[in-house]
Amino acid sequence: MKILVPLKRVIDPYAKVKPLGDGSGLDLSGIKFDINPFDEIAVEEAVRMKEKDGSHEIIVVSIGTSDSEEQLRKALAIGADRAILIETEHIYDSLGIAHELEAVVRAESPDLVLMGKQATDDDNNQAGQMLAARLGWPQATFASKVEAAGTRLQVTRETDSGEEVLELPLPSLVTADLRLNEPRYIALPGIIKARSKPLEKRPASVMSSPKTRTVRYDAPPARAAGRKVSSVDELVAALQEKGAL
Amino acid sequence: MDFRLTPEHQMIRESAYKFGQTEIVPGLTERDREGKSDRAILDKMGQAGLLGVSIPAKYGGTDTDYISLGIVCEELERADTSARVVMSVHSGLHCMTLLQWGTEEQKMRWLPKLATGERIGAFGLTEPNAGSDASNLKTTARRDGDHYILNGQKAWISLSDYADQFLVITRLVDSDAKAPYAAFIVERTLEGFSSRPIKGKLGVRAGNTGEIFFDNVRVPKDCMLGEEGDGFKVAMSALDHGRYTVGAGAVGIITACLDASVKYANERTVQGEAIGKKQLVQQMIASMVKGRDVGRLLYYQVGWMKNEGLRHTRECSMCKWVNCEAAFDAAHKAVEIHGAYGFSDEFPVERYFRNSRGAMIYEGTHEIHTLMQAEYELGYRSDKPLKHTLPAWPLEAELTNAR
Ligand SMILES: Cc1cc2nc3c(=O)[nH]c(=O)nc-3n(C[C@H](O)[C@H](O)[C@H](O)COP(=O)(O)OP(=O)(O)OC[C@H]3O[C@@H](n4cnc5c(N)ncnc54)[C@H](O)[C@@H]3O)c2cc1C
Repeated sequence: MKILVPLKRVIDPYAKVKPLGDGSGLDLSGIKFDINPFDEIAVEEAVRMKEKDGSHEIIVVSIGTSDSEEQLRKALAIGADRAILIETEHIYDSLGIAHELEAVVRAESPDLVLMGKQATDDDNNQAGQMLAARLGWPQATFASKVEAAGTRLQVTRETDSGEEVLELPLPSLVTADLRLNEPRYIALPGIIKARSKPLEKRPASVMSSPKTRTVRYDAPPARAAGRKVSSVDELVAALQEKGAL
Repeated sequence: MDFRLTPEHQMIRESAYKFGQTEIVPGLTERDREGKSDRAILDKMGQAGLLGVSIPAKYGGTDTDYISLGIVCEELERADTSARVVMSVHSGLHCMTLLQWGTEEQKMRWLPKLATGERIGAFGLTEPNAGSDASNLKTTARRDGDHYILNGQKAWISLSDYADQFLVITRLVDSDAKAPYAAFIVERTLEGFSSRPIKGKLGVRAGNTGEIFFDNVRVPKDCMLGEEGDGFKVAMSALDHGRYTVGAGAVGIITACLDASVKYANERTVQGEAIGKKQLVQQMIASMVKGRDVGRLLYYQVGWMKNEGLRHTRECSMCKWVNCEAAFDAAHKAVEIHGAYGFSDEFPVERYFRNSRGAMIYEGTHEIHTLMQAEYELGYRSDKPLKHTLPAWPLEAELTNAR
């Protein structure tokens, strides 16, 4: 099976970021970047599938500037076989990313696209669904378990009403949720092997104009201090007062 | 001059950090309290490739530069000193010295198994009556045909009960070598070898330290590192590598002190404000940050000198001396910031305090490094060229092409 894992370079999710004074962007000085955590889970899952069945091939792809090579190398160190960088400075929205990935999928013909359910920077949770729609492929989002069953996939997904188990024919698209797995620490030999794995750069091919535009960045308002109550009765009264009960 | 770490260095840092937090830290408080070391951690370090760091690919290692070795030490000691000690004795004192002094045959014979952790290496210089004054060592080696017969004992040997082979420095008897010392790789399985753990240590309680004994141990002559008379130089080369790992590791203790102290200073309130707002607490935090940043520069410099193939005995002594002192000072301050909670093993800082004290003793005491630095400056000490130097990184073209 050929597995394609798209991944995004995002601001370290544990970093504290501030908007620039004029709201035109974020102050990125001294900020570390990493693979979007949900995408790292997707890479990990693909590598685990490959560890079970050595015939799988894992291709990771990222869209962005050459800075993203760092994240692609990391994915290669985790165990992906080769990487593609769609090198561009173009600004995309989710649909634009779906367009661009669609072109990669058409060129690579994977059996499975496995990607994070959302990126921790924009938190849109759209690209996977849009890509599946554009390809006309079956999709299973928010996966917490993925099992290959012959030429089909069985995917357990987390929904508000509980777990749902889907069976999908291939090719199909799956987006990873937090509980799908816990990514490993990369062993040193993996890092060294990544040196010689192919990382191919391709120009962007679609570059659709974004349908959304970022107007400005503002920090969320500082949280106001809470109020201390001394008894349960007082708490209930306070909640009633606020109309919360 | 380029102070940037490569993306690969950063991945190695992250890898070693995560290894420390997931494989070393769980259960550590109990192991440390009970003075129990865990042999299984050595296997895990081997699987993670940590034991082969900076060993060339040709000898089965990871083929990373020497700065990578320092980074691994820093991140492992951030978890616990016991894990960094493994790097110091196995990688630093044993493997790097073998890489520097070994014949091609010796390197091919031992390094591939050491690089994967299939075999563990350690270092035996200190004796009950020869520590700082190492040249006073009494363990003897006497030539007997194709063998040398070793008798004596070594004390305070890290991994004494786990290592498969030891780099042992001995006194030569009945030899006309210029200096009466020789270095040997001694395998644990040789008849007449035995080891015994030391109990009741102040620190590194989750690590194994002990004594090793030689009772007419017959060591084949092809296990000698260097030639007759080279033993002491081999030992001093080993210290150039061991001290580097200790100096880099010390930065990890400071980072761990900061991890704990910054969190605590932001959470603990007195008089209605976080203690981090108090100037005297800020002074302690600032001093730790100073130790960390200066310490990194010092060990990056030594790593760079190793990469370049430059002699670095003086710089390495400086790095070890300054960083170990800064680590002990940081740990002392971390205990201070934690108040009574710093006096309990509910928090890790008391362990940092005990562990950081040890590093001011081994691989040259605080006093020995003070003297060395003064002697270099006063012109009483200089480094003569060695017969064998650590290969610069990247290795010669043939090795690089072998990848
Ligand atoms: C946890 C631990 C692990 C160790 N692991 C190893 C190992 O793996 N292999 C190994 O070979 N050794 C190891 N050692 C031994 C260590 O290297 C020695 O303990 C160290 O070199 C000091 O020697 P000593 O203990 O005999 O102290 P001494 O040399 O007796 O020193 C006692 C005191 O006298 C001072 N002093 C000594 N000489 C002078 C001088 N000329 N001028 C001024 N002051 C001086 C010292 O600084 C110290 O304060 C380990 C030690 C410890 C604590």
